[in-house]
Amino acid sequence: MTGRPKIDLAAVRSRHPHHFGRMDRAQITAAAVAAAALALLIYGMGELGFFGGTFLAGLRRLGEILGLMLPPDPGNWAHVRIFVMALLETVAIALLGTLSAAVLAVPLALLAARNVTTARLVRFLSRRSLDTIRSVDILVWALIWINVVGLGPFAGALAIMTSDIGSFGKLFSEAIEAADRRPVEGIVSTGGGRILGVRFGILPEVFPVLASQILYYFESNTRSATIIGIVGAGGIGLHLAEAIRTLELPQVSFIILLILAAVAAIDFVSSQLRFAMIGPRAGTAT
Amino acid sequence: MTSPIVQLPQAQLRPLLAAYEATVRSRRWHSVMIAACVVAAIALSSISAEVAPMRLFENIGRFTSYIVRLFYLESGAPVWTDPAEWYWGLPRWLRLLGETLLMAYVGTLLGAAGAFGLCFLAAANVAPSRWLRIAVRRFCELCRTVPGLVFALIFVIAFGLGPMAGVLAVAIHTLGALGKLFAEVVENIDMKPVEGISSTGAAWHVAMRFGALPQTMSNFVSYALLRFEINVRESAVLGFVGAGGIGQDLIEAIRKFYYSDVSAILVLILLTVAVIDMLTARVRHRLIGLGENHR
Repeated sequence: MTGRPKIDLAAVRSRHPHHFGRMDRAQITAAAVAAAALALLIYGMGELGFFGGTFLAGLRRLGEILGLMLPPDPGNWAHVRIFVMALLETVAIALLGTLSAAVLAVPLALLAARNVTTARLVRFLSRRSLDTIRSVDILVWALIWINVVGLGPFAGALAIMTSDIGSFGKLFSEAIEAADRRPVEGIVSTGGGRILGVRFGILPEVFPVLASQILYYFESNTRSATIIGIVGAGGIGLHLAEAIRTLELPQVSFIILLILAAVAAIDFVSSQLRFAMIGPRAGTAT
Repeated sequence: MTSPIVQLPQAQLRPLLAAYEATVRSRRWHSVMIAACVVAAIALSSISAEVAPMRLFENIGRFTSYIVRLFYLESGAPVWTDPAEWYWGLPRWLRLLGETLLMAYVGTLLGAAGAFGLCFLAAANVAPSRWLRIAVRRFCELCRTVPGLVFALIFVIAFGLGPMAGVLAVAIHTLGALGKLFAEVVENIDMKPVEGISSTGAAWHVAMRFGALPQTMSNFVSYALLRFEINVRESAVLGFVGAGGIGQDLIEAIRKFYYSDVSAILVLILLTVAVIDMLTARVRHRLIGLGENHR
């Protein structure tokens, strides 16, 4: 054996005792945490029934289902028309929900922003209510609105609106708090009131940020809008759930492909718009 | 201390003013065009989404009364007067809540393990092959774009009603989301250690293990914890389609108009989510702090 130089292991060991010694405390802690996590994982899998025969049988059936899904096939042209209309309805739900939420969230965000609202109590209350709205899942809002306006896409748009008011309120108030104070001071110093200060000092600065967040949420709401149909609030989800329940599997994969294409298209358009509005860097932060 | 205001001569001023007005006019024209597009989109969408402001206006009372009714028991007393009656189903709900947390945990861990395996193949700077990278990326995209609930619906058919379908739905969605984030973490590493190890003739997996992994581990764990938070919320509603967890009792209570049960379960979920958020936020801050100390 030529080529390989002889290594004096003892010398290396004395130079880097850290790499040869026993584990130090941080390593022992990390190993203990990992072991505990693994134990909990195995316990959880047992508890949820992974180690019975059902998992393997299920996998086989899943394989069959996936096989039946291919190739994607809508059945006939009438179905294609229905699905495309439902997809447009989904996009419409997302658009209306996002825009109305944005409009309604602006005053709430102003109430929750530190540099606009000086009353502590008002700020606290508006923040907590925004948090509560945000933590209730969109499907629950959809079910509640179905009770109010009946089954259909309108309930879906209202559900997206309600759940987004919470998110927008928080994001907008953060954007407003990050705004530069000096323009407002300048306006107040020339004799403008607080409202004028907000209108000409804060809004022009935060508007591009808000607009990019609205676009981002429009994208993600298109995805949400596909699932609220599952509980009856309109859109493509209704047809998807129906096709899955009746085991029309080629239709299922066709609808999923349709949704993927629509989401990709909206993704592309809205990222182009965001770049155009605020430059390529800032929009992706959320 | 007054300084005289400099007045430009008219001949110089006029073109400047004209240019200013032209700019303002074109910006205004722009805004009007954008507003018109938005208004047109809203009008079209309103038709498509069957918007009926009158119906909303007539029935808005039902929304507020629904919210108010959530906080009254069957007997008509407010819920806080009789917590024992409000939380009559607590043992069952706590068990289901535990199941939900376990679903989120197992799903997150399985998904994170899958994402961990895939992320080195999907990162542009270390991927062994271009085609493999593109295939892995598309696969992750598919997993995260299809909503978790749709996976749950399909898995319920294959695995039967119950939490297993939910766990797998969570795991697949997590795989897609974390696969992308992990790959981005790997793309941002310092390549020098990897090059150093490769230059000694080490195989690809050795270079990844000793060159890339130590730089990424704390970020991986931090992202996985963040995903766990999201998955707890997601698992809570997977029961809506029969995939286990507290969602099945929640949707039953909503469908059957057991108002006080709805509020009881919602409050339980909100509290759990808040506690989990707090705990994971604390762990994540420690992790990120530790990661920076090591560098």
